Amino acid sequence: MVNVLDRKLFRDLMRLKGQALTIALVVAVGVANYITLRSAWRALGDSRAAYYEQYRFADVFARLKRAPDSVADRVQDVRGVSSVYPRVVEEVLLPMVGLLTPAHGQIISLPAQGRPPMNDVLVKSGRFPESGRGNEVLIYEPFAKEHDLRPGSTVPAVLNGKLHELIVVGLALSPEYVFAIEPGGMASDDERFAPMWMSKSAMAAAFRMEGAFNDIVLRLEPGADEKAVLIAVDRILEPYGGLGAYGRDLQVSSSILDGEIAQIEAMVLFLPAVFLAVAAFLLNVVFSRMVTLQRGQIAVIKAIGYRNSTVGLHYLKMVCIIVVLGSVLGVGFGAWLADAMLDLYAGFFRLPMARGRLDLPVAINAVIASFVAAVLGIGFALHNAVTLPPAEAMRPPSPTRYRASPIERMPGLRRIRQSTMMVFREIWRRPLRTVLSSAGIAFALGIIILGRFGKDAHGPILDLQFGRQQREDISVNFTDEVEDRGLGYLAHLPGVDQVDGYRTTPVRFRSGPRWRDSILVGLPPDSHLRRLFTREFQPARIPHSGILITDVLADILEAQPGDIIEVDLKEGDRGTRQVRVSGTIDEAFGLQGYMQKRSLHELLREKPTINTALLRVDPGREAELQARLADIPTVQSIHRKRTLLEKFEEQTGRTMQVITLILTLFATAIAVAVVYNNARVSLSVRSRDLATLRVLGFTRAEVSAILLGEQAVQVFLGIPVGMVLGTWGARALLELQADPEQFRMPMLISSQTYAFSAVVVLAAAVLSALLVRRRLDTLDLVGVLKTRE
Amino acid sequence: MPEPNPQSERSAILAAHDVTKVYRMGDVDVHALRGVNVPLYEGELMVLLGPSGSGKSTLLNILGALDVPSSGRVLYRDEDIAAAGERELTEFRRDHVGFVFQFYNLVPSLTARENVALVTEITERPLDPSEALELVGLTDRMHHFPAQLSGGEQQRVAIARAVAKQPEILLCDEPTGALDFKTGIRVLEVIDEVNRSLGTTTAVITHHAPIASMADRVVSLSDGMVASDRSNEKKVSPADLTW
Ligand SMILES: Nc1ncnc2c1ncn2[C@@H]1O[C@H](COP(=O)(O)OP(=O)(O)OP(=O)(O)O)[C@@H](O)[C@H]1O
Ligand SMILES: [Mg+2]
Repeated sequence: MVNVLDRKLFRDLMRLKGQALTIALVVAVGVANYITLRSAWRALGDSRAAYYEQYRFADVFARLKRAPDSVADRVQDVRGVSSVYPRVVEEVLLPMVGLLTPAHGQIISLPAQGRPPMNDVLVKSGRFPESGRGNEVLIYEPFAKEHDLRPGSTVPAVLNGKLHELIVVGLALSPEYVFAIEPGGMASDDERFAPMWMSKSAMAAAFRMEGAFNDIVLRLEPGADEKAVLIAVDRILEPYGGLGAYGRDLQVSSSILDGEIAQIEAMVLFLPAVFLAVAAFLLNVVFSRMVTLQRGQIAVIKAIGYRNSTVGLHYLKMVCIIVVLGSVLGVGFGAWLADAMLDLYAGFFRLPMARGRLDLPVAINAVIASFVAAVLGIGFALHNAVTLPPAEAMRPPSPTRYRASPIERMPGLRRIRQSTMMVFREIWRRPLRTVLSSAGIAFALGIIILGRFGKDAHGPILDLQFGRQQREDISVNFTDEVEDRGLGYLAHLPGVDQVDGYRTTPVRFRSGPRWRDSILVGLPPDSHLRRLFTREFQPARIPHSGILITDVLADILEAQPGDIIEVDLKEGDRGTRQVRVSGTIDEAFGLQGYMQKRSLHELLREKPTINTALLRVDPGREAELQARLADIPTVQSIHRKRTLLEKFEEQTGRTMQVITLILTLFATAIAVAVVYNNARVSLSVRSRDLATLRVLGFTRAEVSAILLGEQAVQVFLGIPVGMVLGTWGARALLELQADPEQFRMPMLISSQTYAFSAVVVLAAAVLSALLVRRRLDTLDLVGVLKTRE
Repeated sequence: MPEPNPQSERSAILAAHDVTKVYRMGDVDVHALRGVNVPLYEGELMVLLGPSGSGKSTLLNILGALDVPSSGRVLYRDEDIAAAGERELTEFRRDHVGFVFQFYNLVPSLTARENVALVTEITERPLDPSEALELVGLTDRMHHFPAQLSGGEQQRVAIARAVAKQPEILLCDEPTGALDFKTGIRVLEVIDEVNRSLGTTTAVITHHAPIASMADRVVSLSDGMVASDRSNEKKVSPADLTW
């Protein structure tokens, strides 16, 4: 049999069901958040660690032009290096059926025997290529899926200018390509980029690399000084066309994965803490009120002979029910959401994901944390209930103390209406509650901004990068420099409206001890298809002599316009040249420098050549043109800007939408819970006053205005604060997200996002206010006035 | 100090000895009781009279272990409960005392029967809640919530709740204070009935002097001190009271 006290508990809860439910929802969201983020963090982090370990992911990476195998032994001798693995890596075109422009492949050599000692390959189906069978390859599984390739299928590939039919013998993944993005790309594109693995002997034959390598990866000894190793390796590889060694932090796949994990880590405590803090605050508001209302009951229960602990337990149970309800919802929702989030990640990060159904310790921690928050929240009210002397049963509580609020003393407001005054006095009576409620609203709003701002920067970035800077339709890279005359040939291909030719070369920019590896671009004087802009969005002209560098590079080098910097060439005579910085420009990606093509040729001491061509194309004849381009043997890759853009939008768009939706829902839960609970408690505290006013002849609307005016003030205080919080949060997230040397997301929050967040919060507030107002409208005047408080 | 009364050789079940109570209100001390000696004899019905603010409720609360005196002793069968801790006070209330309050103090979310059960669930030899409600004539309103009962009915539920545990001592603080004459009489009849049939030692606070005629003994307080303490020669049944 349920005891009578529990029956009271149940009925009290039913009476408070709206409040209990909204608070439980906030708890649920907090728990779900924690479970989702923690599970994702653990799953990604653990999988990363296990994958890197098991498949021996390298610590240091370096590419070079070509070096004899013996050079690898010298790298092996560098202090701190535990092992080295020289490879051959080549870029190839894959003219797949059904693709306008050929896809890009990156072929990595496999050792003659056994598995690669580093950056091993995870074969998902099929087998390793047999050495001696020249055209067998392993191919990246996601690419295979996109093109319906299976072991046994063939893939057309242009190897060193000749079209081959490669036979797929297996589908594979690799720690090197957890996030597969082609060199210089912006978004991963499973349809258009395929890492492949082929036996070293076959590659050596196709690319004339017998007894040589053009890529080397190393594992370091524990505690090795990576920086020193990088410098030593660079020195050794320098004569062989080394392009600069780098660590995992600059390995594209690894750094993107790390960035994502760091971002989750940043939110894993913060977000749930916000929700639990709000829940604790609301429990405090609701329970303080309940204990005040039930003073008489508490006293009489004690007078009858119930122990203090029984009374304390009674209220604790009530909170427990709310927390349990919230936890059950939260764990269920969190388990689902964690799964959904990992599914989403599985689409980006290709690694064997260690995922259980629900990370139990994580769930338990979340539930414990919400209990602790809840108990802290009601701590004060609970203490009051437990220590209430039973003799109080006979004494009504003394009337609430009010004070004139300072606002009323402001000169202009002397003749303020009495009803408005009531609103101010109520706020002034509990300034802390007003502050905390506003803080809750502010957090809700900030969270909405966090969920949406990512989209804001995309439009302008894409517009600037692809609308104003890169004006071509198609860009073509050549395997080697071609003479300027080649442009004339391109210009006469079908559908080509305009052609620009460029010369790019990898360099190291140096200024004193500071340096960065990047590329130097030589632009023709009448460059139409590539334009440069200053930070103020003013078009930047390419100077006759000297170099324009991105402002991030200028900061790194601590170079000002007018300063001389050094440029270490990695082509030609590989000499070091001095150039004058003539200005800085702003670009979203990379650290490149620009100069006149003519000046670049002088720098390289070569005759005029190009290695990249940008084309403006008649859309009607694009297909025809593509076919012709793919036939040119010196073409290494062809990029279609529209495809890139679409891919980028599609990839970021879908994820953004999901995140925006979820965070908006979460924030709505906070806003509704804060406004609804505050208004309900306010109604309970002031129902007598309000009923009295109604009896005095005030209309329902006027009475509602007094009650809801207080909520409105809290909401309106919260909105601007929330905008500031959201802006800060967004900036902090951005800093975690991207390495500014690779990609600079401008800190941009659109007015639509601010407006959207404010509208969501206001709508939630109005909805909750209407719910309470319905109660106010049906206020039983006689009943309220009759009851003793 | 009044003379010791003739019944003093009878055994006191509960007695206040030199009890004082001082409430500290900021800088001012309010002396609610200034040295009160009041015994409560086994089986008697005592009425506590006095003007508002004279200390009646304070004294009753102290006798019922709801509150502790600032000084003095409160003896329950030679045991000093004034010196007891919070836990013992609770045990004492649970085992020996039934309370009826001026404002009924029913738990609004519990029905009449459940309000009574609140007590019977934690006591050793309780009456059945329905039995207790029958005693106050409320059998047919058993499943009503307090809000669905009139003031008099609520007070009778409160009495049923107090007597359901068959307490040795029943303490009532102005049980008729909020009631009209007829309803007040009905409530007093119930208290009288409980005192007679169950032999429960009973103390009733009132500031209606006429009610005193139904008592065995009448104690008057004035300004925190006992003004008089006398036995009633002829008890009148509540039905015959007038005021
Ligand atoms: N908790 C308290 N704090 C301060 N003063 C108190 C408190 N309780 C009682 N008093 C004061 O002690 C005095 C006696 O109060 P008490 O309630 O015992 O009077 P009473 O005789 O029951 O009066 P009434 O007939 O109005 O109920 C009063 O002056 C009252 O103001
Ligand atoms: Mg009193």
